[in-house]
Amino acid sequence: MSPLLAVDDPVLLSFADEVGASGPVAAAGRRTRWERGGALHPDTRLVTAPTGIVAYSPAEMTAQVRAGTSVEEFHLALAEHGQRSALPERGGTVGGAIAVGENAASSLGRGRVRTAVLQIRYVSAEGRMVSGGGPTVKNVTGFDLPRLMVGSLGTLGLFAEAIIRTNPIPEVSVWLRSDDANPFAVPTTVLKPSAILWDGDQTWVELEGHRIDVVSEQGRLGAIGSFREADGPPALPHHRWSLRPAELASLDRAATGAFVASVGTGTVWATNPAPPRSLDLGVAALTERMKHEFDPTGRLNPGRSVATA
Amino acid sequence: MAGTAWSDRLRNLTGRRAGTTPVADPLVADLQQALSADRVHDSGVHRALMKKDASVFTGGVSGPLCYPETTEEVQAIMRIAERHDRAVVPRGAGTGLAGGAIPLGAPIVIAATRMNRIVDVDLDDRVAWVEPGVVNLDLTRHLQPLGFHFAPDPSSQQVCTIGGNVANNSGGPHCLAYGVTNAHVVALEVVLPSGEALMLGGLDAEPLGYDLRGAFVGSEGTLGFTTKVAVTITPNAPAVRTLLLSFDTIRDAANTVGAIIADGIVPAALEVMDQRITEAVENYVGAGYPTDAGAVLLAEVDGLADGIAIDADRIGEIGRAHGAIDVRQAATEEERALLWKGRKTAFGAIAQIAPDYYLHDTVVPRAKLADVLDEVYAIAERHDVLVMNVFHAGDGNLHPLLVFDARIEGKLDAVHAAGSEILAASVAAGGVLSGEHGIGVEKQAYMDQMFTDDDMDHQGRLRRAFDPVCRANPGKVLPMGHSCADIAALRSVPSEVWG
Ligand SMILES: Cc1cc2nc3c(=O)[nH]c(=O)nc-3n(C[C@H](O)[C@H](O)[C@H](O)COP(=O)(O)OP(=O)(O)OC[C@H]3O[C@@H](n4cnc5c(N)ncnc54)[C@H](O)[C@@H]3O)c2cc1C
Repeated sequence: MSPLLAVDDPVLLSFADEVGASGPVAAAGRRTRWERGGALHPDTRLVTAPTGIVAYSPAEMTAQVRAGTSVEEFHLALAEHGQRSALPERGGTVGGAIAVGENAASSLGRGRVRTAVLQIRYVSAEGRMVSGGGPTVKNVTGFDLPRLMVGSLGTLGLFAEAIIRTNPIPEVSVWLRSDDANPFAVPTTVLKPSAILWDGDQTWVELEGHRIDVVSEQGRLGAIGSFREADGPPALPHHRWSLRPAELASLDRAATGAFVASVGTGTVWATNPAPPRSLDLGVAALTERMKHEFDPTGRLNPGRSVATA
Repeated sequence: MAGTAWSDRLRNLTGRRAGTTPVADPLVADLQQALSADRVHDSGVHRALMKKDASVFTGGVSGPLCYPETTEEVQAIMRIAERHDRAVVPRGAGTGLAGGAIPLGAPIVIAATRMNRIVDVDLDDRVAWVEPGVVNLDLTRHLQPLGFHFAPDPSSQQVCTIGGNVANNSGGPHCLAYGVTNAHVVALEVVLPSGEALMLGGLDAEPLGYDLRGAFVGSEGTLGFTTKVAVTITPNAPAVRTLLLSFDTIRDAANTVGAIIADGIVPAALEVMDQRITEAVENYVGAGYPTDAGAVLLAEVDGLADGIAIDADRIGEIGRAHGAIDVRQAATEEERALLWKGRKTAFGAIAQIAPDYYLHDTVVPRAKLADVLDEVYAIAERHDVLVMNVFHAGDGNLHPLLVFDARIEGKLDAVHAAGSEILAASVAAGGVLSGEHGIGVEKQAYMDQMFTDDDMDHQGRLRRAFDPVCRANPGKVLPMGHSCADIAALRSVPSEVWG
């Protein structure tokens, strides 16, 4: 009998009972991104996902963690074995990080949230415990529910538990800062920077790996500017813009306010809110069909929509 | 007879007898009008060619075969299919190993072959826009002079298409460090079975909405036809080291793999071959592998020269600590290329041993590799089938290769019986049914080993949002009872027809 079948963890089952099968309901994490996707309908009952690391296998580079666990606590447990994950550390929970789907500032080095979720367990609108994906680092069995759930803002199911891919923490990590480097020359100068951040004046680069490689990469960066070691990345403004990497070169502070841009990914943290985005009509219709399939009565996170996030 | 029942069902489904070409079929006339007469084929010969893919499964029945050249033509085909209430099946190079491209219910076959342009390479965004029929290796060859490549490198890369890679979320030896296809697709233009063309995902950092791009990748042609793909291009590493480690037993090789990963090294590739396949490879291409070792491990690290030298030494040490009898580093690019040639032609090599093979594909936790391999050999022996193992060991992706002669009475049954025991052993070890080949028609019946009814019901919901009537590639992935209602006839395909 498959160890994957029929979830029998009483903690998860009681979470499913709590979510139940009727009435508007949402899961609250630490509310670090509570405003994403719009305001909840005021009658919505709030539940909190269970906490705790269920299983962690450093040699497999996978960890099974309940959705209410804080990312910091999760990462502390991984760090004891020299590992980390792609989930961003910004005060939230594992479930919240998956629901929102935002990547860490160092996503070039740590990976993206959307490829980090190997298995997801969630409570469906009908109050059933559903699993998607699988426990191994490679898997193409069936339709890819984990991908659909990342960034879904809890509108398709309320997350109970996930299996997350972990990564080794490199031997050395350094942040470097320059006042005179062209940030767009960094990707062609060093092989695998873990982050390239730019605020319009200064450039920060995170280099990671074997000490000897980091030192030689640092030397190569010298060709495009003078870099000094920095304590870490700059503070990131509150609002988040999603641009194409090639659009960053023409960022305009008049529009963004103060900003920090992630060169190579296109994420921009800015003091001004991002202009509203909208889905193409056809994609919007497909989005609605998807929502309707998973939540026909609209009870999960009512008021919240991925189409306006 | 089971086969008769199957053709009856097809007749009900298609309104005509499978395998015959009625004169002036209005469906064919509409398709020819929308494309051109020379790009719609309905002869018995053409349809027969579409009946199979690279799997052992038979019993496919093809309808007309179309070669669209544009997104608009694919849209027109979908609309005609809808009007004629006919299913469609997307097809790339037909190298799939799970029967994904096998036509069920005499569907219109939409071939990607003539949509094979590399539309744009955008170095600023580090993506390439390609049409679905572009051959995987052709894309990498195109990118090489620019200092880039397309990271997923299935062993079939000389022929398989990017559209097929997307549909199967394909992997390859070098996906260990770089990730499988899903990690390299940023946007997809798809034509839904309704005929609507949509752009899923986007080049921006975090596209708005559900990750419909991610849901489409790996959907095995059941959500629509992808007409354009934006893939990330990966910079070529400045340095690479390739090691060949030899072991007395495959257990030692498997345990070495687990120990390398546990040590915090993420090699570009970790591939294991057992003695039988290594001998076959040596006879076939003479790649320089030792034929007296119980198993070999091909390990590759890439990156910056200094760091990978450290990793390569460490891999050698770990190997020796786990019983490696020989550790060799490829000294020249020729030697490295030859070792890889051996690995990538492994499946060609077995043709000298027996006429038929069945390549399995499961994943197990790395710590269980050695035990599950023991079981695989025992299962094969019990069923009197020859098994060889050549696999993506780094991510626990087993590829037991059952080699046989289908002309021998009962052999294919034994192969299927052994295969289903291998699946059960993998899942029981905490593994999954497929690491890269997909479910297709091959593993539908086993889905309930991994998923509950609720789980599969939710997979079905994902599918229906894209394709409410399940017109695209019906009869695949989800098992009977979880598939779409309107193509109900397909659900009860007797398993004998696949024999
Ligand atoms: C010798 C050999 C070695 C192999 N090695 C590997 C390996 O290392 N790794 C690996 O992952 N696989 C491997 N495979 C399996 C296979 O090559 C891959 O699955 C490949 O990606 C299939 O591509 P294709 O173009 O042949 O697709 P096809 O076989 O034609 O189709 C596969 C699936 O994709 C769908 N499809 C095709 N084109 C489209 C489209 N444009 N839009 C929507 N759906 C589409 C089809 O309907 C079908 O379900 C190997 C196969 C062989 C024969």
